Amino acid sequence: MSQNFRIENVGLINKDKKLCFKFNGKKYFGYEGDTLASALLANGVHLVGRSFKYHRPRGFFGAGVDEPYAIVQLYRNNETEPNIKATEQELFEGLEAKSVNCWPSVNFDIGAINNFLKIFLPAGFYYKTFMWPKSFWYRIYEPFIRKAAGLGVASIKHDKERYEHKYEHCDLLIAGSGPSGLSSAYAAAKNGAKVILAEDKPRFGGSLLTSDVNIGNQSGKEWAEGIIAELKTMPNVVVKNRSQIFGYYDHNMLVMSEKVSDHLPATKKYHPNKRLWYIRAKEVLISSGSIERPIVFGNNDTPGVMLSSAAKEYLKVYGVLVGRNPLIFTNNDSGYETAIEFKKHGVDPIVLDSRKNPESEIINEAKNIGINIKNSYVVVAAQGYKKVKSADIASISDDKKQLGKIENIQCDCICVSGFWTPTIHLASQSGNKTKFKEEIDAFIPGQSKQNERTLGAANGVFSLEETLKTSFAAGSELSKKITENDNEVLIPNVVEKKSSKHDKFWCVPLPEGKNYKRFLDFQNDVSVSDVEIALKEGYRSIEHVKRYTTLGMATDQGKTSNLNGLQLVSEIENKVVPAVGHTTFRPPYTPVSIGAIVGREIGKHSKPTRKSPMHAWHEKNNAVFVDAGVWLRPRYYKRGNENLFEGSKREAKNVRTNVGVCDVTTLGKIDIKGPDAAELLNRVYTNAWLKLPVGKARYGVMLREDGIVMDDGTTTRISENHYHMTTTTAQAANVLSHLEYYLQLVWPELNANVVSTTEQWAGAAIAGPKSRDLLQKLFPNSNVSNEGLPFMGYMEDDLYGVKARIFRISFSGELAYEINVESDNGNFMWEKIMEVGEEFKIQPYGTEALSTLRIEMGHVAGSELDGRTIPYDNALESLVSKKKDFIGKRSLQRTAFIADDRQRIVGVVPLDKKTSIPEGSHLVKDANAPLPNPKLGHISASCWSVEYDNPFSLAILKDGKNMIGEKLFVMSPLKNKVIPVEIVSSHYVDPKGERVRS
Amino acid sequence: MLYIKCPHCGMRPQIEFSYGGDASVKRPELNKDVSDQDWDDFVYNRKSLRGKHLELWQHISGCRQWIKVERDTSTHEISRTFKADEEVA
Ligand SMILES: [Zn+2]
Repeated sequence: MSQNFRIENVGLINKDKKLCFKFNGKKYFGYEGDTLASALLANGVHLVGRSFKYHRPRGFFGAGVDEPYAIVQLYRNNETEPNIKATEQELFEGLEAKSVNCWPSVNFDIGAINNFLKIFLPAGFYYKTFMWPKSFWYRIYEPFIRKAAGLGVASIKHDKERYEHKYEHCDLLIAGSGPSGLSSAYAAAKNGAKVILAEDKPRFGGSLLTSDVNIGNQSGKEWAEGIIAELKTMPNVVVKNRSQIFGYYDHNMLVMSEKVSDHLPATKKYHPNKRLWYIRAKEVLISSGSIERPIVFGNNDTPGVMLSSAAKEYLKVYGVLVGRNPLIFTNNDSGYETAIEFKKHGVDPIVLDSRKNPESEIINEAKNIGINIKNSYVVVAAQGYKKVKSADIASISDDKKQLGKIENIQCDCICVSGFWTPTIHLASQSGNKTKFKEEIDAFIPGQSKQNERTLGAANGVFSLEETLKTSFAAGSELSKKITENDNEVLIPNVVEKKSSKHDKFWCVPLPEGKNYKRFLDFQNDVSVSDVEIALKEGYRSIEHVKRYTTLGMATDQGKTSNLNGLQLVSEIENKVVPAVGHTTFRPPYTPVSIGAIVGREIGKHSKPTRKSPMHAWHEKNNAVFVDAGVWLRPRYYKRGNENLFEGSKREAKNVRTNVGVCDVTTLGKIDIKGPDAAELLNRVYTNAWLKLPVGKARYGVMLREDGIVMDDGTTTRISENHYHMTTTTAQAANVLSHLEYYLQLVWPELNANVVSTTEQWAGAAIAGPKSRDLLQKLFPNSNVSNEGLPFMGYMEDDLYGVKARIFRISFSGELAYEINVESDNGNFMWEKIMEVGEEFKIQPYGTEALSTLRIEMGHVAGSELDGRTIPYDNALESLVSKKKDFIGKRSLQRTAFIADDRQRIVGVVPLDKKTSIPEGSHLVKDANAPLPNPKLGHISASCWSVEYDNPFSLAILKDGKNMIGEKLFVMSPLKNKVIPVEIVSSHYVDPKGERVRS
Repeated sequence: MLYIKCPHCGMRPQIEFSYGGDASVKRPELNKDVSDQDWDDFVYNRKSLRGKHLELWQHISGCRQWIKVERDTSTHEISRTFKADEEVA
């Protein structure tokens, strides 16, 4: 296809490098430096999509970040990404894009029927349409809407791209590289400040790339190039293009998304796709410029209607004519600048100016080169369906209420300028209370909240001279404060054309008998009549009007629609705009890829993986691992074709009959030292600790202040003032913080110190009737008899030359010991235990068998200590001291905690002794009771008892104390199960606890 | 993200800290009778202040010290920070 609308020798693109791309399956050509939008316009393609609600044809409205229409689905390197603005996407060889919001195709769209339906999807259609009959919603409306609506399709494939996060500090962060950003960056850099200058576009310079001005006897563009080139050589300056600062957060933290690879056909090896910068800046200068606002008229969404500044940018930057027969509709001088550019390139525009007798340098220039200008004239409506073919125009009365006779004139595009709206999003995000500036009919930043300052057009300053002056001054002043350097920078002289005042006119009245749609929000299809309906229905607050009509709620955040929406509300409500107020701007300023937000923290990198020193051995011996917090623990050691159930049963049985060994390295360990260590334990645990002798361990339960069990574990007195505490794997970090809290803040007078030693020790539990024989062989020089090392005893010995700590404690309920050695010797210890244990038929066992063993014994763990239970609920009340005070004790007197029918742990056995009981099931009295069936309790943990060879569960049951022997039902609607059960004691095996003491 | 001055380590980002609630809450003394109301106030009842709020933070990924932070709940401005044992004037 020929480049119909490209002009020779104009623009900043590289005409030597031709690029081939596809849009909706059709092949086109563009050049290096094009955006997808400019390349399509060069090929005469104006129809790029369908609108969100009415599926009206959509073209290009802007040339950058403000674009509300031209959103495409991009295909790049076998990946696809939705919600891409064609005006921002740079062209690369082989680019493929498709329209969104259209089905089956952009030229013939079924959804466009919405446009002709009598019920025209008015304001609030999300709330009031399609609500009845209900069954229609699921079968007809929703599938239809889903197919027809949406702004593209998210890929469901794993994203192969890489995204990085970067943390930076700087003195000055400058958002925007237009005249203001360049000036302040340059002044600050000269003072030696650490500067980051961010530009969202590929090219630096902002408005200087398209405006007809002179700075320091150079064109604006040349001056910008010179400044950037110099900044790039300075070591204290970081200059970033394709980088959008999208969020301004607390304490001068800003986040910037750098597009590293989006302009390339594929991401280079070892490069990220995007890089998210978290920047903590001492000072922030917001030089984000302004966005032209539209004037509202009939059918103003027709492809070919666009901002006049966009038409100028397509011409000057890309050498593309958006039309050969342009109509320019303006209320200020900016439209003339665009008209002059057209005229310079041999195209004759017509200018309609809503003002009566405007006079200025620019207007004179336009007149002098023979541009056709009609004053007090407006566009009433655009005509043409998929593209502007003509325009209905009319003169307008001075009060802007009466239209003259309507004429129809031929044109192929309508370039609109309704004056300029400062881009105040970042300032507003920082907490700045913005204020309305009458002279420009727009909001500008008010009092700074954080260390931010807004300059240039973003601050409502539209004179270049004034912008340079204030920006150089701000850059100098702020950097001087930080670096204490005061290097003078000369402000260059500026030549610019003075402009005349704009017209406070923003919406063309409807001619009599016509009912044209006049759009305010182009992305969400919100028209003037929608806002009128919302107000008629009683919505007053601008925040409510916004949500009811969805005005400004699309992905463009109303960049082109907000102010006109406010003007309309203020007009109908007869209020001034500042009294209506504007809605709050929130980050992100532009859509940010989820991948960029997530960064490298995906898959294995989402959290650290902790492995015990014996991990390699487990791997070699067919362990199947399970996540236990951040740890990987063996769940069972697979033999042959065993499944989890078979394997864990075998392992548990072997513990009950011979001896097993379990890796317990993951248990939290805290070293406690100091003369008041015992007193600390005595206050933290519910039971008494002051009389624990050296060389003895004790089981303890700790509560939160609200009486709920926080954690349990054993603590051993290693020497006079030295204790070794163990916690559950999951609560290790919380318990440490808890102890530090009380030592540092509540009882600083206690002389004790705590430190985590979880990683310093490797632990192995050996359990089973033959564990003592094994221990004796491992430590032949020690007396490990029941008298030598009694239950809850502790000793130190030497394991083949390695220092070892031996605790006689048991979680499995069997005769058991725990051996700790320094982590580096963990694997040595494990291999020795396996080697020496062979004659006792030792087998390693995983967490599944460990669970089985503890459940059978009625020992509580995380599933019972679930943040909702007190000691009584877990049958631990014998550990609650009546004599001394401790953390949470007072809460145990709460009425609910001492109620007669208080919940309590019980055992549950199915009557058929066969059916496994799903964890989380509810216990009910009557399986056939009407819903909601009163719940008496829940199943906290289930196992297959290896002792009795039938299923066994633990449950927390209301009035559990008096329920032993009762018959209830277990119900699991999720698994569709109803199981008749009997309630038994939670101590299912060895209820007197004789084995651990044997 | 807040930028918090740890009195022991200096300016550090919020991600290094964990929040610990109202710093003005005093735990009733051990082994003393406490009324239901006083205990309730200690365990559960907190003011939801708008404005300056003295709160506890722990520098969990740093020096592990609990510190007191004076923060405005409506603006997030941090005016002062204190060590655990420092008196707040
Ligand atoms: Zn610190």
